[in-house]
Amino acid sequence: MIVEKQIPMREQAPDVRGRNFDEVPLGYSEDEAVLEAERCLQCKTAPCVDGCPVGIDIPGFIEHVKNRRHAQAIAVLKQDNALPAICGRVCPQENQCQGVCTLGVRFEPVAIGRLERFCADWEAEHEACCPEIAPDTGKRVAIIGAGPAGLTAAGELRKLGHAVTVLELLHEAGGVLMYGIPEFRLPKAIVRREIDALRAMGVEIEVNKVVGQIYTVDELLENGYDAVFIGTGAGLPRFLGIPGESLNGVYSANEFLTRTNLMGAYRFPEYDTPIRVGERVVTVGGGNVAMDSSRTALRLGAKESIIVYRRSEEELPARAEEVHHAKEEGIRFQLLTNPIEFVGEDGRLTGVRCIRMELGEPDESGRRRPVPIEGSEFVIEIDNAIIAIGNGPHPLIPQTTDDLELNRWGNIVADPETGQTSKPGVFAGGDIVTGAATVIEAMGAGKRASVAIDAFLKGDAA
Amino acid sequence: MYKILSKRTLAPKIREYVVEAPEVARVAKAGQFIVLRLHERGERIPLTIVGCDPATGGVTLVVQEVGKSTQEMGDRFHEGDSILDFAGPLGEPSEIENLGTVLCVGGGVGIAPIYPIARALKEAGNTVIGIIGYRSRDLMFYHAEFDAVCDELHVMTNDGSFGGKGFVSDPLREILASGREVARVWTIGPAIMMKVCSEITREFGVPTIVSLNSVMIDGTGMCGGCRVDVDGVAKFACVDGPEFDGHQVDFDLLMSRQGYFAHEEACSLDRYLAEAGEGAST
Repeated sequence: MIVEKQIPMREQAPDVRGRNFDEVPLGYSEDEAVLEAERCLQCKTAPCVDGCPVGIDIPGFIEHVKNRRHAQAIAVLKQDNALPAICGRVCPQENQCQGVCTLGVRFEPVAIGRLERFCADWEAEHEACCPEIAPDTGKRVAIIGAGPAGLTAAGELRKLGHAVTVLELLHEAGGVLMYGIPEFRLPKAIVRREIDALRAMGVEIEVNKVVGQIYTVDELLENGYDAVFIGTGAGLPRFLGIPGESLNGVYSANEFLTRTNLMGAYRFPEYDTPIRVGERVVTVGGGNVAMDSSRTALRLGAKESIIVYRRSEEELPARAEEVHHAKEEGIRFQLLTNPIEFVGEDGRLTGVRCIRMELGEPDESGRRRPVPIEGSEFVIEIDNAIIAIGNGPHPLIPQTTDDLELNRWGNIVADPETGQTSKPGVFAGGDIVTGAATVIEAMGAGKRASVAIDAFLKGDAA
Repeated sequence: MYKILSKRTLAPKIREYVVEAPEVARVAKAGQFIVLRLHERGERIPLTIVGCDPATGGVTLVVQEVGKSTQEMGDRFHEGDSILDFAGPLGEPSEIENLGTVLCVGGGVGIAPIYPIARALKEAGNTVIGIIGYRSRDLMFYHAEFDAVCDELHVMTNDGSFGGKGFVSDPLREILASGREVARVWTIGPAIMMKVCSEITREFGVPTIVSLNSVMIDGTGMCGGCRVDVDGVAKFACVDGPEFDGHQVDFDLLMSRQGYFAHEEACSLDRYLAEAGEGAST
């Protein structure tokens, strides 16, 4: 008999978690995981595998969970995904593996992400499975940026026997996993654990390296590296470009989240970096970063945390679970609304003037274009605003690398299958190529590039 | 970890550190900055580079103890100790070329970051006029160093305890009003001083470069906290600067933004001082 609904995952109650930074979903017990694994039809077509950007053998690992062979399950996951504890938590599964699940045609799809998380957490509590490392090839690869793309490429290339050095600009590896995604959604201890696993495989990770200044990409190639992978991400925050945006109290989501997550400002003054959050906070945007920011504002003491988004609920780009969690915690959604001006007194933000929108004809993205309704302006009184409308490419490597082809937005032009850039021996992937996307897409790009880099290095040897 | 090769007190609450960071020392140029973090719970502190020695790998910094982190650095980080994180060089270097006669105006701890610019300008063949100002004689530092790279040096103290009495803006106005041909002015110091100097040079139509120390987190273009309006456009001090055209900077906005965390900064310092108590040395 088919169980129609997913086995629910226990969570912290919304009224409790809205005031702490502990993780919201608490994970499956072994019995819960086995029950959920039993829902998998083990269908021959396995559309979920094609739906996964890194092509995990999903029915394979689920079959092991069903039979309580968790060590084998994690081994199957790690064949294709170096960071399962992270993906199980932050992938938009509803648009990927679970979106195409055969069971999902009639019932709720198998909770693949939750099962992936279960396996990774099981491994953390039991023995770690260190993947097999091929004999040393004598080739060296430099990876610029220790985010999802770079870390994935690093793990894959190391498994193939290459010497890998990851060069990170910030003081801690992890990229957006450390500075962007909040503790309550992705505990930093988990990110550190996954990075330690890479170190245990022999991946060298060096922090505080301002590549582009201390040495250029060309200098890396001239000084002992046989190939370079650029995974420097979309780190440059976009602003709305409306009046009053430089008033005190207006943060970019990057600043707000970096202070809180990477710098530990939610524990100020135990940690030295401060953050200020007033009683009422507006977050502008509808993606995961907007959800993260508005929920963080609540946890930092805001009495009211409001999402302002110019389209309707249907177009919200955030993961379904994040929107659901945000609503449960009491985040107010002010949809079909666009800010047009920040207003203030003595340099301090006091409000945001908005205009109501309606949906018109579909635009180039296929979504219905929001159009302002004339005369519908109104002011929301606020103490803080957080701008979460996306990020542009981090400029440092594009600006300091000769002969690197860029597109008109400043992203690096790279072959989507191989990551090959306009420079021989230089590959790129993740948000620095595609513009801001998801963790798993960046990981997919890192993985594809690692195959191409391996082929390049072998060709080089011949 | 980055070792402190030497530490000396230049004036009360102003210390000079030389930190071992060979990769930075090899390439850094005048006008650029670094970001350091003292320990696991520390904040990222941006500091303009004062000097580099590629031979020893030393990077020279001058730190004024104004808040919790800088006070803690002064109290607890000594020669031979190590700083946890040190990243750089960041920002765009100063544009150094032979322009003829140039003026370098430094105020207070701003004298430290303008010193390497004055030196580079001198090495590039300019006639360098220096104007440096302190609150009083006991806060003076780098006087001899500055004198060595300037063709002409004016020293001001607010109370007249050394050199001329008044502000750096006084000799600046006199020199420009005398009709001497000055190709460009650099000025680094408190925001209000840079604002006043920029207003004076605007009257005389002399191009003016200022170096902005806005509040920033990463220092690499990611947080946008350091944004400042330059000619009506939001620029990031970390990657677009730190140097900008002084005639186009909105200094009032800069000063307002510099003060946003003043309450938290004061709380943090009070808490540190209470905890350090008798243990804190000066």
